[in-house]
Amino acid sequence: MTDTTDTILADDRADTIWFEREALIDRIPRSVAMLFLFVVVVGIWDLVTRTGWISAIILPTPAETLSDLIFVGKNLLAGDYMLEALWTTALTVFYGFIIAVAIGFSLGVLVGETKFGERAVMPYLVAIDTMPKVAFAPLFIAWLGFGISSKVALAAFMATFPIVVGTAAGLYAASENERMLFKSMGASRLQTLFRLKLPTGLPHVFTGLKIASVGVMAGAIMGEFLGGGKGFGALIRQSASQLDTPRVFALILYLSLLGLALYFTVAWMEKRLVFWNKSSLPGGIA
Amino acid sequence: MSTMVEPRSPISHLAASKARPVYEIERVSKTYARNRLIALDDVHLTIHKGEFVSVIGSSGCGKSTLLKIMAGLMPPTTGRVVLEGRPVVGPRPDIGMMFQQATLLPWKTTIENIVLPIEIREGRSAAKAARDRAMSLLELVGLGEFANVYPGELSGGMAQRASICRMLVSDPAMLLLDEPFSALDELTRDFMNMELQRICSERGATTFLVTHSLAEAVILSDRILVMKARPGHVVEDITIDLPRPRTLEMINTPHFGQIVGHIRDLLGKEAAE
Repeated sequence: MTDTTDTILADDRADTIWFEREALIDRIPRSVAMLFLFVVVVGIWDLVTRTGWISAIILPTPAETLSDLIFVGKNLLAGDYMLEALWTTALTVFYGFIIAVAIGFSLGVLVGETKFGERAVMPYLVAIDTMPKVAFAPLFIAWLGFGISSKVALAAFMATFPIVVGTAAGLYAASENERMLFKSMGASRLQTLFRLKLPTGLPHVFTGLKIASVGVMAGAIMGEFLGGGKGFGALIRQSASQLDTPRVFALILYLSLLGLALYFTVAWMEKRLVFWNKSSLPGGIA
Repeated sequence: MSTMVEPRSPISHLAASKARPVYEIERVSKTYARNRLIALDDVHLTIHKGEFVSVIGSSGCGKSTLLKIMAGLMPPTTGRVVLEGRPVVGPRPDIGMMFQQATLLPWKTTIENIVLPIEIREGRSAAKAARDRAMSLLELVGLGEFANVYPGELSGGMAQRASICRMLVSDPAMLLLDEPFSALDELTRDFMNMELQRICSERGATTFLVTHSLAEAVILSDRILVMKARPGHVVEDITIDLPRPRTLEMINTPHFGQIVGHIRDLLGKEAAE
């Protein structure tokens, strides 16, 4: 047996060096990949608009959009009416988010920590969550008027549920052994909640917060679409009704910066607070 | 109580009869109301000062239930549990526990984890005052330089050593270990068992260990309770007369094999039933 092996090896004593093929996408840096995709998309966009395959009213050319971007940017920088509108929307989003965090977190603790919350409150929350929340907008306008408060209410309403779910799920995250450890140390219920369950659940809470940060933007803009007012949503609706598509594109782009700012603020806080959880940062984004 | 090897007198490091009883468990039973399962049936157990007692049995034999009752984490249905002359009616600071997982809080450094029991019971300033003690415990288990490291950077064995320190920091009268090294690889496990023996003998600790490893039980214990399920009860209380300190080489001696074989027979009968 050994003899045979030896003969086989004797024929081929060279080192077995071979290379695993590395996929192209692994070899190029992320920024290059992103730029590549951007150029391709804009290229196709330019092609279909320039040749007239798609009417300019439906889709403006990249060049038109860029010039409008610059126009809106100048207006924002000059502190003109657009900045005022953006500020209004930002305030709506900010207040909406704060309210959603306060209510969502409290309800989440109620649901995750108490049997009453789990058995009696949660079913209602699930029922409300499955409703299309925009449908409540006319109610909020009827109750709170056409000012900023009805938009804040809708924004908060859209963002509350993910925080409830995230917080409640987080409170279940501590393992049986960890609970037993705290019990054996004679920890009170509050001590167990604040020193074990909440910190353990923070990654879940932040998942909820990130979803909420997207929802709160949607809520604010929808509120402004439906209830008018001075926000960015009203500007977008106005431009769209005038078929000023390049302006709509430009406004949406600036609006997305607001959403990104909120999302990354949450992600940054998560990085600071949940530094110990290595799995909470998928893909390196946020 | 039957003794494994009758003629020789126990060379155990203590004469159990002379030492003071620390833990007294009398006619303890536990029935789970939900499914009327009798988890424990009429268990008697006295553990003396400095003694190392293990309980071994297949899963579902009630050994974890017994441990939880002893720890004051769960009330017995009937019976009496007394530690240091006082009945156990809830978690007690003079009981130290260790679990299958190290359960170190990942957002606290090693030393902060070790003083956690003090922090929970006596507050932050007491925990701060206990840092020196925690530090000397960490040095006892060879983790001195890892005091300010987060648990994410510790290996499985290191994390369990840290959790030994956490158990010892409040200087408990009784150590309750629930399969503490079962999640570790075998080499680390052997090493940790020897560490545990050293620490227990240095401190004269009274220890109760739940395990499902025969070799682990025999190498560490002065006495082994063999438990069987349906209903959970103690079938034999075996005194292990291997001299101390025990070494891993003893595992290869015929006497060790004889003891392990005897326990395996006891447990195997149940498996065949």
